[in-house]
Amino acid sequence: MLYLDHAATTPMRPEARAAMAPYLNGEFGNPSGMHAVSRRAKDALEDARERLAHLLGAAHPLDVVFTGGGTESDNLGVAGPALAGGRRGVVTTPVEHAAVLDTARFLAGLGCAVEIVAVDDQGRVDPEAVAASVGPATRVVSVMTANNETGVVQPVAQVAAAVRKDHPNVVVHSDAVQALASRPVGLGTLGVDLLTVASHKVGGPTGVGALVLRGGIDLEPIIHGGGQELGRRSGTHDVAGIVGMVAAIEAAVADRDRFVNDVGEARKRFETALAAAIPDAVFTIDDEVDRLVQHSHFRVPGVDAETLLIRLDTLGVAASAGSACHSGAREVSHVLGAMGMAPAAAAECVRFTFGWTTRRGDGDDAADAMASALEGLR
Amino acid sequence: MKLLVAMSGGVDSSVAAAAMVAEGNQVIGVTLKQWSGPDGRLPTAGCCTVADAEDARRVAATLGIPYYVLDYREKFSAAVVDHFGREYLSGRTPNPCIECNRRVRFGALLDRAAELGCAGLVTGHHARVDHDGARFRLLRGRDDAKDQSYVLHMLGQAELGSIRLPIGEMTKAAVRTEAARLGLRTADKAESQDLCFVGGDYREFLRQRFPESARPGPIVDLEGAVVGTHAGTAGFTVGQRRGIGVAVGEPRFVVGIDAATATITIGRRGDLAVAACRVRGVTFVSGVPVPSGAEVSVKVRYRSSAAPATLWDEGDHHVVRFVDPQTAVAPGQAAVFYRGDEVLGGGTIAEAA
Repeated sequence: MLYLDHAATTPMRPEARAAMAPYLNGEFGNPSGMHAVSRRAKDALEDARERLAHLLGAAHPLDVVFTGGGTESDNLGVAGPALAGGRRGVVTTPVEHAAVLDTARFLAGLGCAVEIVAVDDQGRVDPEAVAASVGPATRVVSVMTANNETGVVQPVAQVAAAVRKDHPNVVVHSDAVQALASRPVGLGTLGVDLLTVASHKVGGPTGVGALVLRGGIDLEPIIHGGGQELGRRSGTHDVAGIVGMVAAIEAAVADRDRFVNDVGEARKRFETALAAAIPDAVFTIDDEVDRLVQHSHFRVPGVDAETLLIRLDTLGVAASAGSACHSGAREVSHVLGAMGMAPAAAAECVRFTFGWTTRRGDGDDAADAMASALEGLR
Repeated sequence: MKLLVAMSGGVDSSVAAAAMVAEGNQVIGVTLKQWSGPDGRLPTAGCCTVADAEDARRVAATLGIPYYVLDYREKFSAAVVDHFGREYLSGRTPNPCIECNRRVRFGALLDRAAELGCAGLVTGHHARVDHDGARFRLLRGRDDAKDQSYVLHMLGQAELGSIRLPIGEMTKAAVRTEAARLGLRTADKAESQDLCFVGGDYREFLRQRFPESARPGPIVDLEGAVVGTHAGTAGFTVGQRRGIGVAVGEPRFVVGIDAATATITIGRRGDLAVAACRVRGVTFVSGVPVPSGAEVSVKVRYRSSAAPATLWDEGDHHVVRFVDPQTAVAPGQAAVFYRGDEVLGGGTIAEAA
């Protein structure tokens, strides 16, 4: 089996599994209680919060809100500030994850002003264009750190600087779910006010994430209940999940240089071999564009992505056609559409993503698999 | 043998897939996503719903075969839905299942099967394919009440050589028994009667998607006297009795639809009878036309019995002359020619002749 879909989810890191084990076994406490069983769970939770605050540049541990995943963090990161104290506007891009775009659409339905700033043919947004779209009603600007389909890195720090120049009261949110695996990510590093991270994209368990923010930003909660997380996110904490996530993020940060080297080598070998074996293969992103080291996005003209993916699956190769969030059917990507790609070409695009378990030779194997998958097709 | 099975999430295609697995074939299951709501998701009511796809997926898991949902929305919309609207706007009564079989299931999906390295495509239709030593033949299914050969009449030798219809040998009751024996969750599943792309009333669908279908006009009797008005000819089918909206003593039926003048003509039951009809776009399963004047039996609707007739080649079209006049011969529906259990071919009814 060759797993080339790490951007969808990646195997759990042993550090995460080890950290979680006590909380899946004897330590079952609800951290919101007052007895010793709860206290031990609460201590684990707050220890994880402190470590994550440190990793992601939050000034205070309480600037970390644990959530049920990246999607929820995006919902809270965009709707939270926009709905706190009114119905204020959002500026974002058409290549964001659906968790941001659908939240923006939802807010528009509530009467919030929503602006979508166009991207270029590589999916990059122009910081000045974002700043120019900010109006008096705007509260949140949301621009992803790196795209989940193409891996293209956005100029988030420049966006934040351009926005703040004239609009110091606007907050900038960034979804760093994909970037966290291979790039330095933090509030200060990116110059943003709110940051979404997710556990399972870096080797933690699924169903847990965090929104990290600068102190003093009001969030209107989107999940109501018992008032956990200072009322910003109700619901009994998934202690095992949270502890596992933080252990995974720590491990990913510690492993980052090796990751970049190994995955970079694997991708280089793959793309070089693919270009040699299939000369008409088209890589979506130009060479000089900054993109995540783990993403390779391409198409083989005349070969539908569905056909290619099924043939790869038959050969034991797991890959995808972009985002994997729907009913299992491939959807023509809104990201590629926003980049101006014709639907017929977009329907041929395939995404290979490498990850922490990738070996350098996997790049060669991936190219070989492509050659086998295309055999007899053209 | 590597085979692609089209799984709708119904009991027939579930058992078809199981039969192919039992034979020792390498089987891939697929569900076609043909239609979705404005939010891009599968519909939740009617046919081809999320629940249907999930049923197919669960059956595939039970059988231990890989399963995929394939996106055929664009193809389906262009080949089937647009055709459906155009036909109604022209005063005809289309059969979208036939268009889907022609262009999508046994068109694009058959090509896909080849692309995936499959030797054939398997469906759960109640019809049979055999080979008489010289040619493939398409035959009615063993279960008379469930026979679906009518909607497969457009298949030719190339298609029949690449498909398998294992359910055609079974009665519906036997299919359900087999599904239950295998523990498939679709064993008792009710059959869907709806069009997969029309949630409820097809007239409402037409009004929304083809607004020009809402063109009011007169309802006239056979003498030309205006007896009422209607909200659009697309709401009518030749032979229709209910919902005409004209109250006159004896039952009245739609006997004619003229889209050009938006006129609906009504008459008595006896006025529906036609002795002959013109059929266009005729194809023959064998690839060889039957001799002009051949005695055949003809089905003019999915759920009607085959009526004896003769079939005449008139150059750019065929004429079917019924031995006994037939009612409810609706332009746009298929006329399918049989000899006994064998489907000879068919085409689209153009008009009474």
